Amino acid sequence: MKQIVVISGKGGTGKTILTASFAALSKNKMMVDCDVDAADLYLLLHPIVKESHEFKSGKTAKINRKICTQCGKCIALCRFDAINSDLSIDSISCEGCGLCSFICPVGAITMKENVAGKWFISDTKYGPFVHAKLGIAEENSGKLVAQIRKVSKEIAERDRLDYVIVDGPPGIGCPVIASLSGVDCAVVVTEPTLSGLHDAKRVIEVCAYFKVPVKMVINKYDLNIDMTQKIEAYCRSGNIEIAGRIIFDNSIPKTLVKGITAIEGASEEVVKEIKDIWRKVISHDYNEAETAG
Amino acid sequence: MIISVASGKGGTGKTTIAVNLALSLNNVQFLDCDVEEPNAHIFLKPEIKGRASAFIPIPEVDKVKCNTCGKCREVCAYHAIAVIPSSDECKGDVLVFPHLCHGCGACSLLCPQKAIKEVNKEIGVVEIGVSGDIQFVHGTLNVGEIMSPPLIRQVEDYINPAKTVIIDAPPGTSCPVIAAVKKSDYCVLVTEPTPFGLNDLVLAVEVLRKLKILFGVVINRSDIGDDKVDQYCQDNNIPILLRIPFDKEIALLYSRGIPLVQEKPEYKKKFRMMFDMITKEMS
Repeated sequence: MKQIVVISGKGGTGKTILTASFAALSKNKMMVDCDVDAADLYLLLHPIVKESHEFKSGKTAKINRKICTQCGKCIALCRFDAINSDLSIDSISCEGCGLCSFICPVGAITMKENVAGKWFISDTKYGPFVHAKLGIAEENSGKLVAQIRKVSKEIAERDRLDYVIVDGPPGIGCPVIASLSGVDCAVVVTEPTLSGLHDAKRVIEVCAYFKVPVKMVINKYDLNIDMTQKIEAYCRSGNIEIAGRIIFDNSIPKTLVKGITAIEGASEEVVKEIKDIWRKVISHDYNEAETAG
Repeated sequence: MIISVASGKGGTGKTTIAVNLALSLNNVQFLDCDVEEPNAHIFLKPEIKGRASAFIPIPEVDKVKCNTCGKCREVCAYHAIAVIPSSDECKGDVLVFPHLCHGCGACSLLCPQKAIKEVNKEIGVVEIGVSGDIQFVHGTLNVGEIMSPPLIRQVEDYINPAKTVIIDAPPGTSCPVIAAVKKSDYCVLVTEPTPFGLNDLVLAVEVLRKLKILFGVVINRSDIGDDKVDQYCQDNNIPILLRIPFDKEIALLYSRGIPLVQEKPEYKKKFRMMFDMITKEMS
C-alpha cells in the first residue's frame, strides 16, 4: 500500500482537482481529504456518509463566577490574552493550557473538553473516502488530520488497498506536516508564477526535512512558459522529478461547476496530461534511481 | 483602520487584492501575515530595514534541581514534556519536545523545585521595511515549525494605528487565520465563482460572524464559473465590494510579480471605490 499526498504550498493551484482525477484514474484505492479547514474534495466525490464521529480535542477554561473572587491572577498569567478584564473567557483565544485552572487561588476555574470537529467514513463511486469538518474557529487541525490519516491507513490495510490518495492543505504548517508524515510520495502542484515557485520551494524544503520524495506538477503551465521553464530548471538542479504539466483550460472550471472530476469532463488534452502524470506518480523510477545512485 | 484580506479557499487572490488596495491608497502600512507562504514581498519589493527573530518561550530543566517529581508532565496540556522517574538503578530525566510546546509557562510556574526556566526558541523571522510610501512588515515561519499563530501575533505587534493597515491573511478557517484577522476592523473575503469558492466562502463567513468582524466579498475571475456566489451574497446581505473578470493579462502580470495597478492604472480607481465602500460600511 502506497500513500500519496497532493500538496502545493500556495493555495488554489489545483490540488483537489488533481486528487479527484487520481481517484477517477486509479484502481483499488481510497481517498482522504486532509484540508480540514476548507474541505472541498467532497464536492467532486459526492460521498454517502457511513460513519460520523466527533473529534474531541483540547480544552477551554471555564470560570465559576460564584467562587471567583476577581483577584485577576489568571488574567495576569494567561499568555494567550484569553481572559477578558470582566473575567469572561475568550474561547477563541484560549489554547486550553490549563495554567489558569492550576493557579486560581480559590479553584474557580475548570477545563472543559471541546468538540473541535467531526470526521466521516464515506462511500463514493471511486472507493472509500475519509474526510472531516473542523468546527468554526476551532484549532488543532493538525490533530484532526492525524486522526483521519490513522483511520484511513487502517481501512487501507484491512481492505488491502493499493493506494491512499491524500488531498493536502495549503501552507507549510501544522496540518501540512500532519498530512506529510509517513507518506511514500508528495505530489507538489504549482503554477508558473513567482508566488507559485516561491511557495513550492518552501513546501519542498518541508518534504526534504521529513524525507518525503517529491514529484512536481506544473498546472496552467502555458500562462507563463518562461516561468514554467524556470520551475523545471529549478527541479532539475535539485534532482526533483517532474511528473508533468497541465495546460490552462476553460474546461476545468466547468467540471467544478458540474461537480465532476477533470477526467470525466475536461478537454482531451487535459485528460491525457493528467493520465501521464498519474503514470509517473505511481512509477517506481524515482525510488529505483535513488537506490541505484 | 485595520483591513484584513482573507479567504477560506487558497489561491483566490488575497495577495493581489491586498497589494493593489495598498498601492491605491495613501498612508498605508502593509502586514503580510501569511507567514507559512508569504508572497506580498514579491509584488511590493520592499527595502528591508530591520530584522528580528520571533521566539516562543520553551522550558529548560535544571537537571541538578529537578527531582523528577513529574509535576511538569502532569500540567502540560500539549504532551511536550516526558519524565523518566528516578529509581535505585538510574537517575531520572526530563525530556522536552519543543515542537509541541505552546509556550504557556505552566511547567516553569508550577515546578515545586523551581527547576524550570524558560528559554527562547526561534520559530521564524519578522522583517520590516518600506516599499515607496508603504510601511511593510512580514513574517516568515521557519521550515519544519508547526506553530504559526505566535509569529503572526508578533507581526501584528507592529501595527501602526495612525495608518490604514492592510493585513494579508493566510487561507483557511482555523487558528492562523483567526490570529491574522482578529484585530481587524473590517475583513475583505476574496473568492471565486465556483462550488469550491462558495463552499469555502461560507466557512469563512461563519468564522467572521463568530469573531464579530464586519466583512464584504471580492469575486475574482468573476466570469469563470456560475452565479451561486452572487446568489449567496444577495441572500445573506453581504456586500460585493469588487468583481475582477478573468483576464490573461492580469494572470501574466501576477505570474511576473508585477502589481496590477502598476500596469493597469484604471484599477486604482476601482480599488479606491472599494475602500470608500468599506468606509461607508463601517460608519
